[in-house]
This record gives sequence, structure tokens and C-alpha cells, in this order.
Amino acid sequence: MSPTDLAVQEQQAASSSRRVVNDFSIQVATVNGSGSQTANMVLLRSILLMGVPVSGKNMFPSNIAGLPTWYTIRVSKRHYVGRKKEVDFLVAMNPETAREDVLTLDPGAAVVYDSPLKLNLLRNDLTFYPVPFDVLVKPVCPDAKLRRLVRNMIYDGILAKLLGIDLAHMEAALAKQLGKKAKAVALNTDALKAGFAYAEANFTKQDPFIIEPMNETAGKILIEGNAAAAIGCMMAGVTVVAWYPITPSSSLCESLITYMKKYRIDKATGKATFAIVQAEDEIASLGMVIGASWAGARSMTATAGPGISLMGEFSGLAYYAETPAVIFDVQRVGPSTGLPTRTAQGDLLQVAFLSHGDTKHIMIMPASVEECYLLAQEAFDLAEQFQTPIFVMMDLDLGMNNWMADGFKYPDKPLNRGKLLTDETLKAIGEWGRYKDVDGDGITYRTIPGDGMPAYFTRGSGHNSKGQYSERPDDYVENMDRLARKFETARQFVPKPVVEIVPGARIGLIGYGTSHWAIGESRDQLRDETDVKTSYFRLRAYPFTGELVAFIDAHERIYVVEQNRDAQLLQLMKLEVSQERQTKLRSVLHYNGLPIDARSVTDEVLAQEGFEVAKKTVRTAGASAGVLGGE
Amino acid sequence: MPTPLKVNRIGLEPQVYKGGKTTLCAGCGHNAISERIIDAFYEMGIDPRQVIKLSGIGCSSKSPAYFLGGSHGFNAVHGRMPSVGTGALLANKKLVAIGISGDGDTGAIGIGQFVHLMRRNLPIIYIIEDNGCYGLTKGQFSPTADLGSRLKTGVVNDLPPIDTCALAVELGATFVARSFSGDKKQLLSLLKAALSHRGTVMLDVISPCVTFNDHEGSTKSYAYVKEHDDPVEEVSFVPFFEDISVDYEPGSSQEVTMHDGSKLYLKKLEEQYDPTDKINALRRLHETARRGEFATGLIYIEPDRDDFLTQLNVVDEPLATLPLDRIRPGRGLR
Repeated sequence: MSPTDLAVQEQQAASSSRRVVNDFSIQVATVNGSGSQTANMVLLRSILLMGVPVSGKNMFPSNIAGLPTWYTIRVSKRHYVGRKKEVDFLVAMNPETAREDVLTLDPGAAVVYDSPLKLNLLRNDLTFYPVPFDVLVKPVCPDAKLRRLVRNMIYDGILAKLLGIDLAHMEAALAKQLGKKAKAVALNTDALKAGFAYAEANFTKQDPFIIEPMNETAGKILIEGNAAAAIGCMMAGVTVVAWYPITPSSSLCESLITYMKKYRIDKATGKATFAIVQAEDEIASLGMVIGASWAGARSMTATAGPGISLMGEFSGLAYYAETPAVIFDVQRVGPSTGLPTRTAQGDLLQVAFLSHGDTKHIMIMPASVEECYLLAQEAFDLAEQFQTPIFVMMDLDLGMNNWMADGFKYPDKPLNRGKLLTDETLKAIGEWGRYKDVDGDGITYRTIPGDGMPAYFTRGSGHNSKGQYSERPDDYVENMDRLARKFETARQFVPKPVVEIVPGARIGLIGYGTSHWAIGESRDQLRDETDVKTSYFRLRAYPFTGELVAFIDAHERIYVVEQNRDAQLLQLMKLEVSQERQTKLRSVLHYNGLPIDARSVTDEVLAQEGFEVAKKTVRTAGASAGVLGGE
Repeated sequence: MPTPLKVNRIGLEPQVYKGGKTTLCAGCGHNAISERIIDAFYEMGIDPRQVIKLSGIGCSSKSPAYFLGGSHGFNAVHGRMPSVGTGALLANKKLVAIGISGDGDTGAIGIGQFVHLMRRNLPIIYIIEDNGCYGLTKGQFSPTADLGSRLKTGVVNDLPPIDTCALAVELGATFVARSFSGDKKQLLSLLKAALSHRGTVMLDVISPCVTFNDHEGSTKSYAYVKEHDDPVEEVSFVPFFEDISVDYEPGSSQEVTMHDGSKLYLKKLEEQYDPTDKINALRRLHETARRGEFATGLIYIEPDRDDFLTQLNVVDEPLATLPLDRIRPGRGLR
């Protein structure tokens, strides 16, 4: 340690009596491709093993190696897992961003940094812990080629000492992370210990941030939304999957491949009870899904905004010709290529009406990894019940980040395969027509190629109730009206919203997907800090259900919270609710590519409610990413 | 005693193989192709209930409505039929798939999906009803229109054509043939052989457009094709369930055994032509094209390569109808 460092720490010592236990955020700034993911996952898991609620968010560039990446871990005794705007504890490993990373911290934050960077010279209102990583890594890892990968594990050891994480938990997390690679485990364990020993010998704790054991994570797992959705698909009995790689949805299909290879190979024959095809593009992906669903398979694809744009024509075909399809849209920032590795909820309007002509699609919106698992299953049932595409609207934050969850429950419902024509139904209904609405719910009976039942010709061109080509005006109108009727029927079957009415609350908040986590925390802030009571309506599907209007009616003002610029959900609501109700609707928008945080919601609601809100300069972690992140 | 009805080997009458009344122009080559498809499926005794007919958009793509009325059909979006067919066959590998496309549907908007279909060796019979023009939008050039060919309006095509057969051979299709809608015998033999092939069959059938492209100056007119047809062999096909011997002289014929035991006999018009030799096939296609001719017949065959479904190692039963206990893992996963 240089004398300057000591001087800074002495200055800080005066304010170190404050203790912040299990309620802060850690940010690790590294260069991507440097093996930091292992170190970050070990840190995350070790905190979970301490029994403390934790979440991790990766902020990474659209690049494979060499550009800045930030990993943020939030420790929260109150189970807040949304993004926290402020960084409390920084690990500065990336020389390119270190300066700005340090300059944007709030006073009182702590910084572990690579000592040659001399970050301590930048500010005197932070606690600095300089670590000579290159010096420490040499004896631990004699093989110079591997040092770059092991180096990061040293900061885990430093943090274990400084924050009070049990080293045994770190070692357990490391073993889980690296599995059977014994040599790698040994090497990384040594690095961990070297970091710990260095901190023990050289640092006096000066910052207030502490992790203390709790008992809040028993039985919890850490999982990404994409993996959870994949498990849901597998349990739903998916048999045909077609996909095209695109961030942030690729890991959904990739984890599905892993799970299916493990659990869906026929024991007797060694053959697969599924087919997964990496298609030539998203158009072909959806074409394959439609063909497979038409032939009776449970079929799905996963994509992101650019893929959704390409799927427009086929989506219209599936809507009009009435074939099931399950499409996961793991949303990222658009338009165009946009910010491929950042999160948004910007596809809502596009998906709702995807395709030319009058088209309306069913969307379902999971907010948690549990819901990714459950609603994935629901999506397949709905797709076959309504013989139409079901879009599962996820986002990058949900899909690619690690979230705590209770273990998933084994499904207890049989599959709903929808209205398939049988001999019995045929006898009961007399004459069958593929698009004949015999039950009055807009849903008709279909047959499957090879099932021996009457054949029909499927087409995207105009057709009558028998499926025959028709350009007759009355045939067209009858068919379109029936499709509208089917969409009305769907209102009764799509996942219901989760509504919390607070007695005396004049304000209602509406949100969906990952906004949920910021909204929940924001409601606590509004209540605790300014005594503003709010009710909450968490949307889980489109078409809207009757509860929406009731919720609007029960409140004076409604804030629709969403992660896009154009208030897409609010616009969609306006199409359905009366003018009088529309006047109650206000917007809280967040669209900078980072996951929405509670403080932003709170400040915006209060500002619109007429409160004086101290406008802080937005000091956002990773603010420099846009400048440095290239193509 | 009533006259016994004519039936095929699975007891079905010819009537069962017919489709709806055609709405294409009188004399359209596509109608002749539909007729040959009906004949081939009848003669091979394929159950129409196990057949799927697929198509894209265009005049050609309307034609699945005009054959095999008892089969499920899917008229998909323009140029994207291959993906729909792929999905359907993944769902049910027992289905017999026939896809009808056109030269615009394949060579222009659908070239991407065509390329990947050929690569995958999906077991489908993919027919291009090739007239070198867009009929349904009134006669514009398609990508197979020959260099220098002329529209009725006098516009000359300045771009070289895509040879779909050469492309298919190059990309990995395992059965590549070209025929002419007016050549009943050759087309029927090729279609019957196609039904015995396990893998992608790419059959380019020159099919003159009587309305927009059957005039002097068009290389896809009846007159031009009749004059410039260069058969690489005479094709005869004997299904596995027949045991008729074919009177080909040894030395001038080649026999190809299909995966189901059927035999394809090729009477060589030229000694050096070997349809199992990829380079030879490509050379032949380029040489005939240079002379302004069409090589017809079986151009390339690779009867033994695994098809896409075999490569994917899927179970023997259709995936679509597997029972719940085979598609949902049991409790206690770890």
C-alpha cells in the first residue's frame, strides 16, 4: 500500500461507525472474455449460501472479448431483487472504465481496485482498497497463460474478507460452478485464498458494508429466466423446436437442448422424443414451428425483436390459417439492431398486431423465473386450445440474469390439446368444416395430417368455413368476425392479472414483466418515505381481462410503468378503455437499456403527483458503456 | 355381376387420387404435372391420408388443390414452403411429403429456404413447375428466365438464369432430375422413382406458361423445349412390389437400387453419363446450358445418404402423437 492510500483511509475512518448490513450493491467492472463470469457467479452463490437474498445482473457489451462489462450483485435483506441504481461497493478491474466508474460513485462507497490504476487519487470521499492483482496471481498460477482467468478469483477472496462472507461458502460455490474440473477448482481455490490472505494482512475494514448470515434462502435456487422457460417447455411436452441464434434468446434454446438431451432420450432405443433444428433464419424458424404444429406437434421458437420483425408474415398466416405456435420474445433494445445486450419492453405493440391485415395476438407476460417456468407450459395449452400463435413476452433482464427461486413444482395438469376432431365429435356435429364454429366460442375443430380424419386445405388466402378458397365478401366477414370472437373467448382463459388493492389508496400502478420488481420496491418507498399508498395491478396477458377496467375505476390516477419510450402498454389500453378512463392514465417510462429501478419509479410518480423531487444527476453504473461498446 | 372396379395395390380407386377442378389456364403445363402426380401416387399405392401437399405462392402453388383431394394440404407463404414442410415432417416422419413450387417461388423470394432444404436432405419431393415467368402477376421475368429471352412487351432479360438443378446438386440434394410437363413417360417414371427415394428429391419440370411465356423468343415455350430437350437417359422405374424385368441391354443401361428395394433403370444415351457422379452431373448441366439445351432425366442420385430425420435420431413413432408419459419427464428431476 502506498502512503497516499493510508492517508485516504484515515480520512474515511471517521465515518466508518455506520454499518450497512445485507442491503447494498456490489459492482464488478471487468473486461469481457476475462473469465470474470466464474468469479461473479461464485460471489453470487456464496451470498445465497449465507442465507441472504441476492440477485445478479450482468451488463455486457455486444462483443466476445475485450470490451467493458459490469456485473452487479444486489444484497437485500428485504428481498428486493430489482436493479439498485446506486453502486455501493465497486471492484474496478477494467483500466478503461475505472476512472468513470469511480467518478460516478456516491460518496461513501468503497472501491477495491487494481493498484497500478491509482484510483485513490481521483476522490477523497470514498474508501479505497488497492490490490496488486498481478503480484498476487504469480505464485498462485505459475502458468502465465492461465493467469488472466484466475486473476479475477482473487477479488472474490478480498471481498470475502472485507464483506464477511464465509470462505467455506465461497469454496462450495466454486465447486458447484466448476464441477468436475478438479485442476481448475484447485487453481481457483488457491487464488481465492490468496485474496483473502492479502486482505487479512493488509486492510482494516473502513467501509460500512457487511454481509451477515440470515435464514432467508433455504431451498432457493439461482436460475436464469431463459433456463426456467426451457424447463417449462420440456415439461409441457414440446417435441419440435426451431430457432435461430439471437441475443438475448439463444440461451433459452441452448438450455433446452441440454435439458432435452438429458431427460428426453428414449431409454429403450436411445432415440430422441424431440427434434431441435437451428434454422437458417427466424422466418424459417417460425415456418417450421407452424408446419410442426399443423401436423400436431407441440412446437416452439424463441427470438428477440429483429426476429419478431422477420416473423411478421408467418405470424399472420398462423393467425388466419389457425395453427398453434409458441413464440418466446426475449425483448432487447430496438429499433433495428438497437442495443442487443440491453433490456427493454419495446416489442409489445408490434407483437400485439404482428402482420398485415386485421391481426391480434395473444401475449403472456412472465415477471419471474417461476412464471417463466409456469407460463411456458400455459403457452402450449393456450396455443393448442386457441389454434393460434402465443407470444411469451420476456426480456433480457429476466431471460439472461440470475434470479432466486423456489424449486419448481412438478406440473399437476394434463395437457390441453384443444379441439381435435374425433369420430365421436364428428358424429355429434354432423357435417364438419375446418372453420365452422359449432360451439359458438370461435374455436373450431381441426384434423391432423395422418390421423385418418377428413383432410382439409390450409391456406393463408381467403377461405370459407369448410376451408375452401373463397373471395366472397360474406365468407370473409364471417371468418374475420369469428376470429374476433375467438379472441374474446381468450379473455376468459389467459393468465389473470395479480391485483393488490390497498384500502384508501387513490393511486394505482400498472406494470408487467420485470418492471414488477422495481414497482414492488417503489411502492414501499412511496409508502415509507412519503406516506403515499398505492394499489398494484400486474398484467400477465393480452387480451386484457375484466379486472383491468375495475382497477382503473377503483382509483383516481393510474401510473402505467413500462420499459419503452412510447408508453406501448398504455397505448394498447387506450384502444380498449373508455375516454373517461383514459384520462386517468399516466406513464412512468424507463428506456435507457438498463433494468428499471425502484428509485426512478418513485421519483417519477412523486414528480407527477406534485411532490418536490430532488433531481439527482443520473449517475448510472456503466454509463460509459455506450461510448466504449462497439459493434 | 357388376364390373369389378379398377383399384390399385392398396385397394383404392383412381378417383380417390383426384383433386379439385383446376383454375389454371387451359393448356397450362402445370395441369399435366398434376395428372402425372395423380398417376404416380395411384400406381405406387400411396395412401392419400398419409400424404401432405405443400406449396408456396403463385400459379404453381395453387396446383396442390388439383390432385390428391383426400390429403392434407398447406398453401404457405411465398417462398417459405420448405420450412413448413420441414416442420410437418419433424412432427410426423411417417408422412409422405410433396411440395410444389414455382421458379419465382423457389429462385427469387424462396432461394434461401430452397438452399437449406437441399442441404438438409429432408425426405420430400420438391417440384419446381418452371415456366421462367411470374404467371399470377402477369408475366414478369423470374430468376430462371434465360439470358436474352423476351417478354411479350419486348423487354429482354439481361440477367443469367439460376440453374436450380445445378444448385441442388451442389447443395447436397440426393435426387436431382429435370423433365418436361409434356413428357408423360419420363415424368411419370421420375415421380415413381421419387416416391421410392428417401431424401430430398428436386425435380425441375419445365412447364410452359401458355399465357405469358409460350411464344417465339421464350426458351420455356413448348416449341423451344421440344426442340432443345436433351435426355441424358431413358428412365424406367420398377417399384419393389413388381418383378417385371426391363429389357435393357447390358452395357447400355444403369441400374439404381432405391432404399426400399425398387429399381431404377437408366438407358444411357451416352456411355459416359453416370448419375451417381456429382462432378459429371454438374458438367453435363453446364454443357447443355451452354448449348441452349435442357438436360432431362435423372441428373444426379445418391440413394444411400441418411435423410434429415435419420440424422436427428428421432424415435420411430411420429413425435406429434407421442403419449404424455414419453414427452414429459417423470418426477424428481435433478
